[in-house]
Amino acid sequence: MSLYYVQKFLYELNRSADLQAAYVSDRRSVLDGYTLSDEEIGALVDPDIGLLYVLGVNGQILMHFAAFHQIEWHDYLQRMRDGVDEHGPVREGVYAMTGRVGTGECG
Amino acid sequence: MPLVYAGVCSHAPGITGRKHLADPGIRDAFYAAFDDMRADLEASGAETVIVIAAEHFANFFMNNMPSFAIGMADFYDGPIEDSDWLGIDKFRAPGNRELSHRLISEIMQTVDVAYAEEWLLDHGIAVPLHFLTPRFDLPVIPVNINCQGPPLTPLHRAWTLGEALRRAADAVPERLAIIGTGGISHWPATPDSGKINVDWDLDFMDRWCRNDRDALLNYDDLTVYADAGQGGFEIRTFLAVSAAAGGAQGTVHFCEPIPIFAVSCTIASYDLGLLDI
Repeated sequence: MSLYYVQKFLYELNRSADLQAAYVSDRRSVLDGYTLSDEEIGALVDPDIGLLYVLGVNGQILMHFAAFHQIEWHDYLQRMRDGVDEHGPVREGVYAMTGRVGTGECG
Repeated sequence: MPLVYAGVCSHAPGITGRKHLADPGIRDAFYAAFDDMRADLEASGAETVIVIAAEHFANFFMNNMPSFAIGMADFYDGPIEDSDWLGIDKFRAPGNRELSHRLISEIMQTVDVAYAEEWLLDHGIAVPLHFLTPRFDLPVIPVNINCQGPPLTPLHRAWTLGEALRRAADAVPERLAIIGTGGISHWPATPDSGKINVDWDLDFMDRWCRNDRDALLNYDDLTVYADAGQGGFEIRTFLAVSAAAGGAQGTVHFCEPIPIFAVSCTIASYDLGLLDI
């Protein structure tokens, strides 16, 4: 897996209107320049917010990707909880420091 | 000239972006505390405000992550986030490139900092400015401490930065304010968003008010993560202000959990007058 490049794509997407337009036009092709696994490409194309969280994407990056897809705040939080339930604990990154994050108890 | 104001405040994006979802009573009380902070800042006669924040992958990424960065530009645009999402219209805040150059030159005598002649302000600075300089007419100098991408800036280095900022501020004739922004315990943008460890927050702010260096540095990242979430890493910005305040004692003006804002919303300041003014 290549969390760095997943986050790099999202970081650049959050900053660039041109990249956002390219992503809207062809979600898959715009990822060609990044070193990504098939699982990561799928999560970015769908988009699968829950899986991206489990892959380790930092929420400070991920929440803007969710907003870009018009995903409402509480829906965004729920998708991450569902992702943990479906895919298991966060695998990498800052949220993997001490294990599972996601009690599902907070708003 | 010695600092004329030193304080800290929250910067969570929900403060402006999700204000319609908050309980109006506590939300408006928090906003009133921000109004009081603005009045104190204006009364101080500050000519420029240094804002120490923990920016969130808006300008700095893991391809070249500085422990410290300081803005050195004549203006800063923001917010980098979608205006509708953040609840803050696009703005251009004035900077002061020449003053930044002088301050950075002095700070670099003891702390290695990156400088940035271009900086798009994210919510870490935009939210405080929205309340504290709503006309965006007070020059700002943004400062960033890496609180996001491990390996993080060590706490004791954040303290050293604060000391260097104070030394640099004392060496220039301008009246400067310094404001640290961030959350205390919080789990922002994660499934646990809204979780707040109030006891941990109150204990931290007690240490902050006493300006107890040893107590403020007596944390480690794993424990902070367990007790205060990854958002707790942002205490670095508060520590830097403590160091800059040079032993002054602080007062918490507001510290109440507002879960939809994801933090204990906090306004606090140091009494510099007894020591320096």
